Amino acid sequence: MAVDTSSQSVAKAAGDVARGRSRGTGKPETKLKRSLSTHWYAWAMVAPVTVVIAVIIGYPLFRGIYLSLTDANERNVARSIGVNEIPATYEFVGLDNYTEALTGDQFLGTLGWTLVWTVACVSVTFVLGLGLANMLNRRIAGRSFYRMLLILPWAVPGFVSVFAWRFLYNQDNGLLNKILAGGGIDAVPWLNDPTWAKFSVIAVNVWLGVPFMMVALLGGLQSIPGELYEAAEMDGASAWQRFRNITLPGLRSVSTTVILLSTIWTFNMFPVIFLLTRGGPGEATQILVTQAYKFAFEISPRDFAQSSTWGVLILVLLMLFAAVYRRVLRKQGEVW
Amino acid sequence: MRRGIAAIALVSALAVSATACGGDDGGDTGKKSSGELSGTVTWWDTSTVGSEDKVFKKIAEDFTKKHPKVTVKYVNVPFGEAQNKFKNAAQSGSGAPDVIRSEVAWTPEFADLGYLAPLDGTAALKDEDDFLKQAAASTKYNGKTYAAPQVIDSMGIFYNKKIFKEAGVEVPKTIDELKTVSATIKDKTGKTGLYLRGDDAYWFLSFLYGEGGDLVDAKNKTITVDNESGVKAMKVVKDLVTSGAAKTDATDGWNNMQTAFKEGKVAMMINGPWAVADTYAGPEFTDKANLGVAPVPAGSAGQGAPQGGHNLAVYAGSKNLDASYAFTEYMTSAETQAQVAKELNLLPTRTSVYSQPGVASNEIVGFFRPVVDKAVERPWIPETGSLFAPLVTEYTKVLTGQTTPEKGAKAAGDAYRKLLKDWK
Repeated sequence: MAVDTSSQSVAKAAGDVARGRSRGTGKPETKLKRSLSTHWYAWAMVAPVTVVIAVIIGYPLFRGIYLSLTDANERNVARSIGVNEIPATYEFVGLDNYTEALTGDQFLGTLGWTLVWTVACVSVTFVLGLGLANMLNRRIAGRSFYRMLLILPWAVPGFVSVFAWRFLYNQDNGLLNKILAGGGIDAVPWLNDPTWAKFSVIAVNVWLGVPFMMVALLGGLQSIPGELYEAAEMDGASAWQRFRNITLPGLRSVSTTVILLSTIWTFNMFPVIFLLTRGGPGEATQILVTQAYKFAFEISPRDFAQSSTWGVLILVLLMLFAAVYRRVLRKQGEVW
Repeated sequence: MRRGIAAIALVSALAVSATACGGDDGGDTGKKSSGELSGTVTWWDTSTVGSEDKVFKKIAEDFTKKHPKVTVKYVNVPFGEAQNKFKNAAQSGSGAPDVIRSEVAWTPEFADLGYLAPLDGTAALKDEDDFLKQAAASTKYNGKTYAAPQVIDSMGIFYNKKIFKEAGVEVPKTIDELKTVSATIKDKTGKTGLYLRGDDAYWFLSFLYGEGGDLVDAKNKTITVDNESGVKAMKVVKDLVTSGAAKTDATDGWNNMQTAFKEGKVAMMINGPWAVADTYAGPEFTDKANLGVAPVPAGSAGQGAPQGGHNLAVYAGSKNLDASYAFTEYMTSAETQAQVAKELNLLPTRTSVYSQPGVASNEIVGFFRPVVDKAVERPWIPETGSLFAPLVTEYTKVLTGQTTPEKGAKAAGDAYRKLLKDWK
């Protein structure tokens, strides 16, 4: 025992000499140990969240990436049905799925329409939202009533609104065509003609997206100090000049955020397209996510590999977009 | 070592609870040991909601009169969703029904994926020889029988006799006649002649067969959808729509078609016996005699209607296999089929039922019987259930002018070639 003690104290002394006034014993794991002993509570609090996130986000993500490198489909994945035990027989195929997606015209064609859809939806929604927010920022009679009315589309569950629109758009029995017929206009094939169908899905998405834009921008507008406008007015700035030089810069931080969010949401806006047209007529309104869904659930045999490939490509595209967007903003002196 | 003990304890606790779960389920099985069937049989029906489903629900629940210890859970799943829903449930191993009403084309596909229990030698196939040959064909896969045929059907023209009288026209027998009849109807009554579903490729089949085409030729392992006849058929339907002889829809086709026909807005539609009960419910057909049924118009190669129908199949993972077999037998028995034929005008799959009183005199059944005999059977390969998805996309594209008939047929053929490797 005595020998042990002395050798320990010698080692300790050596350590102390080497590292000056350190109270540590010099062994690397003790730092961790100490941090654990002082912060164990924080670690314990964080652990469940970490585990849950790893399970519900990490696992599917990596599984998806893995599947996109195989030729998995409904026929060759493992399944056990009652007495039938069928083992997995799919194989690793490397980047074949990606080559196929990126060289064929289906992915690029769908991507083209997805971009048109995203840009059209986001720009129209933003302009409308900005206009309405400006209107509601003035003192007008019944302001709170209008505000409530304009937020309504947001309060209704998305699929309910979309189904309502589907009834409105019905070519023979829909309300829109009945109104048009009253004005002597021929029925419009809202969802049956490829061009009209594209117009229709964008219109519904704009209708659904305006409330969010409006509320966010209204909040931004209200944070712009009124003195700025007063001063500008004193200097004889016109309404347009005030809007350009005070309102827009004042809204920049809000609008950059909502545009980024709205772009990501619209790019992946599954319910509107799926419930309104199912990507039809033909494939005219199919965006990347609805097409990926179609691969995984609607065609048979279900093509899990191709679907995951498209999913990964969507993720990469959106990450690229966010990175570029952020860089552009940073150049303009914006930080978020 | 302590940790080791804890792990073992945990594992064994899990194992115990797992077997306990299994035990619970086991207590519910319809083992024949007691001589009496028990348990729950969940049945997914896909019949038309609002008309057919009521009758099927009642018949299904009457099963408990014979087997009081069995509970029948009737679930109506819309036909358009059932194939996917069943696959989701069957693959994940939870939520699948014990018995499913499987469309004929789905049956070999489900069997191939291992979702169905083989029925040979079970109670489900009683008097197997009584089944019509064409009806039984789709239930066989790899030498085993995976389903019992419940109903068989084909397609014909449904027409509104009142409108035909008003316009002074006869039922068209060929596509050319169809066009002139439609034109006369439009002139005289202002109504559209034919409603052609543009969102479901099944409605394209009689035109494809009429031109002498087919989806695939299973015997010679050849894809035929994009040959000359296939292209011609695409041109025919396209021409019907652009010439105004027919109207079409790319969304909600079934509802729009039924509404338009039931309200007398169109004079004709192509449909099968499954639509009869729903059609009778329409204001235009309160007098049932107003509904006329005729064979589909012939194309350049003759008349051709597809043979369809539904089977009852048992899920391989069912916990109550014996009760499910008995239920399948009951639902496809001669008595049940006779009742369904009388009440819903659906065609029985058993030869003996056709001679029963009430069935023999049924006008719709009487009309469709010879049609079914002549109807074109699809190839009963596992991929049969996969052939419509690519076709419907191209068919809709052709009808809405997004592609030409030639390109549409070619694209469908290419998709088939991808699906059926090493076919020509």
